[in-house]
Amino acid sequence: MTVYEHSVLLDESKCTGCTTCIKHCPTEAIRIKNGHAVIDSERCIDCGECIRYCPHQAKRAVCGTISNMDRFKWKIALPAPSLYGQFDNLEDLNHVIDGLYKIGFDDVYEVAKAAELVSAYTRIYLQTEGVAKPVISSACPVVMRLISLRFPSLADNIIHMLPPMEVAAKFARRRALEKHPELKDEDIGVCFISPCPAKASYVKNGFGDYKSAVDEVISIKDVYFLLIGKMSQDNNIDFLSETGRIGIGWARSGGEATAIFNENYLAADGIENVIHVLDLVETGNIPPLEFIELNACTGGCVGGVLTVQNPFIAKARLQTLRRYLPISQNTLLPEEQNYISADYLFEDLPNYKPITRLGNSLAESMRMMADIQKLKSTLPGIDCGACGAPTCRAFAEDVVKNNARLEDCRIMKTAAEQDSKDSL
Amino acid sequence: MSEKLVFRFDVSGNDFTSAGQASVQVKKNLRQLGFDNEIIRRVSIAMYEGEINMVIHAGGGVAEVHVCEEYIEIILDDHGPGIKDIEKAMQAGYSTASETIRSLGFGAGMGLPNMKKNSDEMKITSEVGVGTRIVMKINCKGTNE
Repeated sequence: MTVYEHSVLLDESKCTGCTTCIKHCPTEAIRIKNGHAVIDSERCIDCGECIRYCPHQAKRAVCGTISNMDRFKWKIALPAPSLYGQFDNLEDLNHVIDGLYKIGFDDVYEVAKAAELVSAYTRIYLQTEGVAKPVISSACPVVMRLISLRFPSLADNIIHMLPPMEVAAKFARRRALEKHPELKDEDIGVCFISPCPAKASYVKNGFGDYKSAVDEVISIKDVYFLLIGKMSQDNNIDFLSETGRIGIGWARSGGEATAIFNENYLAADGIENVIHVLDLVETGNIPPLEFIELNACTGGCVGGVLTVQNPFIAKARLQTLRRYLPISQNTLLPEEQNYISADYLFEDLPNYKPITRLGNSLAESMRMMADIQKLKSTLPGIDCGACGAPTCRAFAEDVVKNNARLEDCRIMKTAAEQDSKDSL
Repeated sequence: MSEKLVFRFDVSGNDFTSAGQASVQVKKNLRQLGFDNEIIRRVSIAMYEGEINMVIHAGGGVAEVHVCEEYIEIILDDHGPGIKDIEKAMQAGYSTASETIRSLGFGAGMGLPNMKKNSDEMKITSEVGVGTRIVMKINCKGTNE
């Protein structure tokens, strides 16, 4: 089995071993060991919460740099829709696209454009017979990993449609080969400009058997500073953008869901809310819904940890930018509406890995669970985190699994020392 | 016969915001134990419905889940008003829930039928004015590796 390559890494020299990240990790994937944080790669879903909350900037996202694109003859930028919301006083999307050309890209293929096509096909997908409802969006890679690790029974509900980033990468590549037949496939480099580290992981690891068509992932942060130096103030700028309101809408929570043109949808954002909704869906306690959009970041992709702007300000900016745009600039021809092209689909979901399973057999797991319950009842129960685990319950599990020692509990240790002193 | 694990939860009454937490916890535990996904799904739905019922009708109660390799048993005990006519209560769509509760989206009269559907055995004992005990059993034989 191949190891999952993550995009959230720890800078040990900056980590002070405080307990902030272990408390905010939604999958309890972090422990403090020997004075600094250790991330359990099996449990990590690349949500970036630890990057967001670390008071010492010790967690960082591993992304590519723009110089990585130098190895390609033909460089294509795929700006995420959230990029447009980053700039103060931006009146026209075309300035961003123009700026991307100026910093050295040969072509720009807007992910928002691909998103409008994905929305159009999602509407067809929802009408397909035999589709498990509610259909769950596949766009947020954190949610995809969360479902495959924690909500295996909902895997059938995931839409088998590729995220707009992938569709954009495929079409951008095709456009390059059509315009420049002299180019070879390996000459073309596709670079996604990303709001989040999870997209970088998706590109590195693929999804199930699907291999990403993107070559490099660069953070919005990095590109932002290159762009503001090059973006023109000139109002007479060419029409370069090929997206409408729907495409831009994908940058924020609810944008993808409203584009299905059916009111029976739910859109939730923020990782804790997403988990809560998935729990409710799993117990069948939701009204009949057609579509569920879930975004790990608060506010949607504008809330990604690799963005510059506050998510709510970015959302407000996008509203202004959308104002004079048509609903959509990308619609399907009648003959394209008969079936969903294979360009948009992926075959299989990643296999479910039961990460939380305690032992190797049911009997062993039962024994371990009994030990955990017993041990937990003796622990202080204040979830202080001083042992390095986020809760007393998690600590009890670690001890039973031999990943921690009972002496790691500071409170128990102090009490034991006090007892032995008293008895002297 | 393997040893039994017992999970016990206090379900507080009229607290809709935390309703369902016990079933989420049970689901997590069963997953840690490595039960089959279908079993987990059935247990969490049966448990959720039972939990909601206790919140709506009985002002809370105690839920216990007994787990062994062969079966999972959910025991719900409350000191609520009791069920007058169990047969009638078992009919799909029958509910005595108040308007307020219905307006919250509960009380569709599907709770008990759903619990029966998702368990292999279900026993209800109830006395008006004293309380209700529901025992649901889900067999696991042959579903685990």
